[in-house]
Amino acid sequence: MIKIENLYKYFDGREILHDISCEFESGKTNLIIGQSGSGKTVLMKCLIGLYEAEKGNILYDNRNFIKMAKKDRQILQQEMGVLFQGGALFDSMSVKENVLFPLIMLSNLNESERNDRAEFCLERVNLQDSQHLYPSQISGGMKKRVAIARSIALNPKYLFCDEPNSGLDPKTSLIIDELIYELTHEYQMTTIINTHDMNSVMAIGETVSFIHEGKLWWKGSKNEILNTDNDELNSFVYASKFAQHLKRK
Amino acid sequence: MDKNSSLKLGYTNRSNLKMNFLEVLLQDIGEYILLMKRVIAKPKNKAYFRKQLVDEINVLCINSLLIISVISIFMGAVITIQTNLQIENPLLPTWTIGFVVRQSVVLEFAPTIVSIFLAGKIGSHIASEIGTMKVTEQVDALETMGINSASHLILPKIIASSMVNPLLIIISIFLGLLGGWGACEFLGTIPSSQYIEGIRSWFESRDIYYALVKAFVFAFLISSISGFWGYKTTGGALEVGKTSTKAVVSSSFMILLFDLIITEIFFG
Repeated sequence: MIKIENLYKYFDGREILHDISCEFESGKTNLIIGQSGSGKTVLMKCLIGLYEAEKGNILYDNRNFIKMAKKDRQILQQEMGVLFQGGALFDSMSVKENVLFPLIMLSNLNESERNDRAEFCLERVNLQDSQHLYPSQISGGMKKRVAIARSIALNPKYLFCDEPNSGLDPKTSLIIDELIYELTHEYQMTTIINTHDMNSVMAIGETVSFIHEGKLWWKGSKNEILNTDNDELNSFVYASKFAQHLKRK
Repeated sequence: MDKNSSLKLGYTNRSNLKMNFLEVLLQDIGEYILLMKRVIAKPKNKAYFRKQLVDEINVLCINSLLIISVISIFMGAVITIQTNLQIENPLLPTWTIGFVVRQSVVLEFAPTIVSIFLAGKIGSHIASEIGTMKVTEQVDALETMGINSASHLILPKIIASSMVNPLLIIISIFLGLLGGWGACEFLGTIPSSQYIEGIRSWFESRDIYYALVKAFVFAFLISSISGFWGYKTTGGALEVGKTSTKAVVSSSFMILLFDLIITEIFFG
């Protein structure tokens, strides 16, 4: 479980996150939704240690990430898998080498065990036939799947996905969503997904947190989101013409 | 970018700050020192580090061998021809030309000019490679794995170039002198026996130490400064290009500055 307590973040004196407090449950896909610029990526970067929060606590199963020494943080970071918006695959490495990389750097496995694990992860995301290709030779959806395979290579307890569907068509988005959902339940990870895609919310959102202007505006389930009287959330949920059309129906 | 993260990642966004040139310079020097503190760290996986080192030696140094050889041969030949043209005093023996060529090549042309050339070739390569990794979140990916990205990316480049560049400079000296001999032998600038006598005259081993120290220091400057600028990149492709240019310009400037300092230390 990940617990955030009264988190504040400023950039050049400007408040980006204001008093965020919430919990993300284990074995569930926890979605953070909000408009672009609402602060959800900053929140995720605070959670994974790329940004330092000015105030507040982040507890990973009661271990306070904010107050940890740098070395302890690095150890805890090895329990995290991160899927970046663009995949962040290493260009100079093949698909398999990308998945092998965290295993080489951070595990005590021998070479054959590492190979087995990398092949298993690639098989899990259906990319066993593309392992010798380079990131420049594969599609956007495949890049996301390689990034997922790399992020689960070390059996993480926590999985963070920053807009996993950005730049993907609806069908591929659904494949990625379902893959993340399956892996979350298979490995009982605490998964946090940043998105503004309502399809993802309806497909895999077990808990949904709505961030607006740097504040946690609303929290609930995907079923509750459609019947809320929160104006800001409604204007976000029904922003698209398609959603408005459905609402009218 | 917040202050804490900036220090941690080695860059600062100063777009909103009004800073004068001196403040910017001092801030860059401070950030460079902080980054170097992060870079000099024990590698997480020694076997992987060795592999990185071999790759970097190949990419940064061995790939420069051909162009450095060509530059050195032509440089030696041109210095021989020019020296012969400029020294027309009948009181000076002909072998003096060989002596002047040797001193020019050993003391300045091979270590300094070749290093400035390498600042362009290697410096832009390092800055654009790391800069691209930075803007495509590959550096963030390393950080979130609990890996010291600065050390992982920059240290192998510094060690590889500091190890191999002195070797490149020795090759450059040899080929420069060979180029001078070629000018004598094939263009008839002076008798080649006189040239050989000249390059063997008044030899002091201190000159070679001086050239090697310069090669080592310049290699460190090129790789660390270019790594710094690459690591400082934020934004997109345009910024990658800008930081590559900054890497080449600042490395070249620092080479000239340290050339003066080292010369003063050795001969001052």
